[in-house]
Amino acid sequence: MNAAAPLFAVAVFAPLFGAIIAGLFGASIGDRAARAVSIGCMVLATLCGLGALAGALMDGSPVLAVSVSDWIQAGGFRAPWTLRFDMLSVEMVAMVTLVSTLIHIYSVGYMSHETSPVSRFFAYLSLFTFAMLMLVSSDNLIQLFFGWEGVGLASYLLIGYWYDRPSANAAAIKAFVVNRVADLFFMVGIALLFAQFGTVSYDNIFALVPDHQAAMYHLFGTDMRAYEVIGVLLFIGAMGKSAQLFLHTWLPDAMEGPTPVSALIHAATMVTAGVFLLARMSPLIEFAPVTKDLVVVIGASTCFFAATVGLVQPDIKRTIAYSTCSQLGYMFMACGVGVYQAGMFHLTTHAFFKALLFLGAGSVIHALHDEQDMFRMGGLGRRLPVTCAVMWIGSLALAGIPPFAGWWSKDAIIDATFIAGTGPGYYGWVLGSITAFLTALYSGRLLFLVFHSRVRDAHLQEQAHESGLVILVPLVILACGAAFAGAAFAPWFIGGRQAGFWNGSIFNAPGNDVLASLEQVPVLITLVPTVLALLGAGVAFYAYMVRPELPALLAARHPGLYRFLLNKWYFDELYDRIFVRPYEAVARLFWHVGEEDIAEGVPGSIGRLTSGGSVQLVRIQTGSIAVYAFTMLIGLVVLISTFLVFR
Amino acid sequence: MPIVVMNWTLALPEIVLSVSGLAILVFGVLQRRDATQLCSMLALAAFVVTGFLVIAAPDGIGYNSVFVGDDFARFMKILSLIGAALSLVLSIDYNRREGIGRFEFPVLLLFSTVGTMVMASSENLMTLYIGLELQSLAIYILCAFDRDRLGSAEAGLKYFVLGSLASGLLLYGVSLVFGFAGTMEYRGLQTALAASAEIPTGLVIGIVFIIVGLAFKVSAVPFHMWTPDVYQGAPPPVTSFMAGAPKIAAFALLLRVMAGPFGAVSHQWQLLIELISMASMLFGALAAIPQTSIKRLMAYSSIGHMGYALMGLAAATPAGMRGTLVYLAVYLFMNAGSFAVIVAMRRRGRSVERIADLAGLGRTDPGLALAMAVFMFSMIGVPPLSGFFGKLLVFSAALQAGLPVLVVVGIVSSVIGAYYYLRVVKVMYFDAAAVAFDRPAASVSLVSASMGLVTGLFILVLGPISSAAQAAASVLFR
Repeated sequence: MNAAAPLFAVAVFAPLFGAIIAGLFGASIGDRAARAVSIGCMVLATLCGLGALAGALMDGSPVLAVSVSDWIQAGGFRAPWTLRFDMLSVEMVAMVTLVSTLIHIYSVGYMSHETSPVSRFFAYLSLFTFAMLMLVSSDNLIQLFFGWEGVGLASYLLIGYWYDRPSANAAAIKAFVVNRVADLFFMVGIALLFAQFGTVSYDNIFALVPDHQAAMYHLFGTDMRAYEVIGVLLFIGAMGKSAQLFLHTWLPDAMEGPTPVSALIHAATMVTAGVFLLARMSPLIEFAPVTKDLVVVIGASTCFFAATVGLVQPDIKRTIAYSTCSQLGYMFMACGVGVYQAGMFHLTTHAFFKALLFLGAGSVIHALHDEQDMFRMGGLGRRLPVTCAVMWIGSLALAGIPPFAGWWSKDAIIDATFIAGTGPGYYGWVLGSITAFLTALYSGRLLFLVFHSRVRDAHLQEQAHESGLVILVPLVILACGAAFAGAAFAPWFIGGRQAGFWNGSIFNAPGNDVLASLEQVPVLITLVPTVLALLGAGVAFYAYMVRPELPALLAARHPGLYRFLLNKWYFDELYDRIFVRPYEAVARLFWHVGEEDIAEGVPGSIGRLTSGGSVQLVRIQTGSIAVYAFTMLIGLVVLISTFLVFR
Repeated sequence: MPIVVMNWTLALPEIVLSVSGLAILVFGVLQRRDATQLCSMLALAAFVVTGFLVIAAPDGIGYNSVFVGDDFARFMKILSLIGAALSLVLSIDYNRREGIGRFEFPVLLLFSTVGTMVMASSENLMTLYIGLELQSLAIYILCAFDRDRLGSAEAGLKYFVLGSLASGLLLYGVSLVFGFAGTMEYRGLQTALAASAEIPTGLVIGIVFIIVGLAFKVSAVPFHMWTPDVYQGAPPPVTSFMAGAPKIAAFALLLRVMAGPFGAVSHQWQLLIELISMASMLFGALAAIPQTSIKRLMAYSSIGHMGYALMGLAAATPAGMRGTLVYLAVYLFMNAGSFAVIVAMRRRGRSVERIADLAGLGRTDPGLALAMAVFMFSMIGVPPLSGFFGKLLVFSAALQAGLPVLVVVGIVSSVIGAYYYLRVVKVMYFDAAAVAFDRPAASVSLVSASMGLVTGLFILVLGPISSAAQAAASVLFR
């Protein structure tokens, strides 16, 4: 067995150990010790994760199965605990552990003002990380689903960490419920896969995929290809976790959790699960062209939608949250046109700059004592120089300005959509390019409003102070990643070495040569997103620095459009009408009629009937011997008659 | 005709007990000062000695095949003796405090017990009747033992009149059976019924009459009418006795007669037992709900419990009989314990009997309340208390015998019954405390505590009791 495999197992399970120690024994060993244990485990996991990555690179990306134990074995159904060691999972494990560790360390500083013990917080963080590691390292769909649900649970716990805030509880429930809705489709997808292939193990499924291409389902009066149905179901599951359009509503609300949680959700552990799922299932998705088109359309629409909403949000964290939504759209576009490698590449670079942006925003919020409204900030650049610098790096990476990380991956995706040459591909290219402009615009808006424009609240600005080292060090490390990861990884992820790097862990159907054709994109087309991004940045500078009154003027001139964007295209209101209120009405019906009248009323009536009947029954107990004797004789007669009749 | 050897040692326990009874009677009469205490002790000693003799008694048929000794008789006799001894212990203190302490009480109790033992050993319808009458006559007097109290006298009279009616019905049934079968011996009846292809109608009507006579003794619906009045009127130790030993003896007869001589026609009487069982369970559960007197409550509860015990008989299988036997043993202990608590219900020298009088017992006397709670939960059939196992055995036997309706009725009535048992617990633990009871005598506390232990830790003795019941039940199907 490869020497990297045990390292890999340690990397996956160390966070679980940390979570158990901090969670169950946090009260007895003390807050400081619990924190130390959970961070220690995470550091260990990171070292092992990077070690496993290094080992895998040296050995030429081997594909191994690290058996842990048996789990479920029922008839023909078998789901063991096995860690899948291939480049896709190793790369994810390394990235997740690294980012998560930095967030753990950052949290020590960020949560220092909490009055209650934070061991619970660290336990949840570690649990969250473990669930994500389990998800990415799974060897079968059931194990994947375990991690998938673990991520959902941990996100619920963390978003609702401040359980005394009603808004946090509501956001946690919303995240959980929206994810459950998507999970239902995902579960049906898994079940159909099992029904189709009789196995849940990746290797077996992928081996059988070419043989079952003709399988059809007869659904709603039409015949559909089984792969399309399964693919769409899996994609809906991915949409829920990755907050794609129609199932995205939980993501902005999830900002109610502490900022490190937002960073974790957006960068490493949760929303990327959907993209990972598509990459993991690429051997199947490649044979479902309709699903792929759907993925492109949804991805592109999300990309554009989220960017427009991000333009007008006053809350610094929400702006970044919508940018995540938008960037995830890019990743799905990449998967949809068959360059999962580019999706994974963007996922990785995005992890660095998005964690950086959130943690930077957290640093700003921390400095301003929980102020999140960008329109009350301003001129903070001088008071928070390091934070300002790293936020610049993160934003440039996000906006896709060369040579920062985001440029490499995002450009590859936009080019790929063009190369794909299909209708949905061009749709993706147009929206992706426009979004590049919008991304730069709202990134610039954030930077200028927060750090460079005139001071709006002098009192707030005077109080602001740069955060401590425990916050700044993770920021600087992430900033390095955001700056250089793109250039460093590009050859491996999508460039000349990609075939050897991925070594079959991502599948491209024969004839899918989008990736190989990336170099042949016309130069003018390649330049479009970059130029648009620079243009966006310029517009941002003009609108927020040169003529700061311009945005307000625009909003006043187009109030309808402004409100439409500010209210996030009215999705929440729409869902409230379509789903929440009818559901509440049905629930109320069940409550009043089902429970109060039937579930409680019927037993109550039976009880009254019984006691009433018993009173009547006792009435024959008169005390008169004659009645008693008479009763006995009647009983005798009845018995004899019964006997004679039925004998 | 088998050669029957006159084997008088078969009846040695009964003979010893009867002679002791006579001796104690003479001893009591000759004493100048009050000898109640001493006589009670002597009677208790006689019970213990008899118990050992019962265990040592040989198997066989004797006295011109009217008397039998086997595992079944032994099981029933031991239960009878235990029930009688427990009631006697309860009576010592109660009678003294109530001012009805007379030495005849233990003697009567003893003779009634002799009657139950003769019933358990009957091998002839005549023995059956003699034992039954001996047992009943003593109880008629015991019911009216507190003769200056109207309720007690009324109870005695009612029981006497109705009991005579039942005896008459039974005797009529015996004569019908004798007339149509030509014999009163169980073995003779068994051979006769097994041999004949068509059972004469007169004979089966005779069987029904016998069932009715015995159903009266076990207070099964619709022959239960006397039970609440007599239970309430009679002194509690007597009630405790009536709910124990005579019921067990009557059951012994029912089981022996139904499974033995009439076993061949079991499909004919099964339906009747089923009906009686269902009616008893439901009536016991429903009619107890409005009761305010704990003694009446126990009367209805006993009617219900007899219904459950009959369920095992209705199954007419060895497993069913075993269930009934275990159920009776379980019921004997729960019942004696509950009556110990009822005997302990005295306030300022006066006995009280309303359920409301138990209010706050959980605080004023936690030990007694705990014991009562254990009995109540056990009567509901809550695991791991003894009542659960009794119900489990009869239910499973009835189910195996293909009587699901009976089981459903049993479960429904258990659920209804839980209401009034739980109400007692609720009154004890959650109602505002009333004035504490008088300090109970050590003997009463001993009975309630020991029965509480047996009921609560029944799972420890389930094995031996169950295997003894198994052995006893298998005798019937030999």
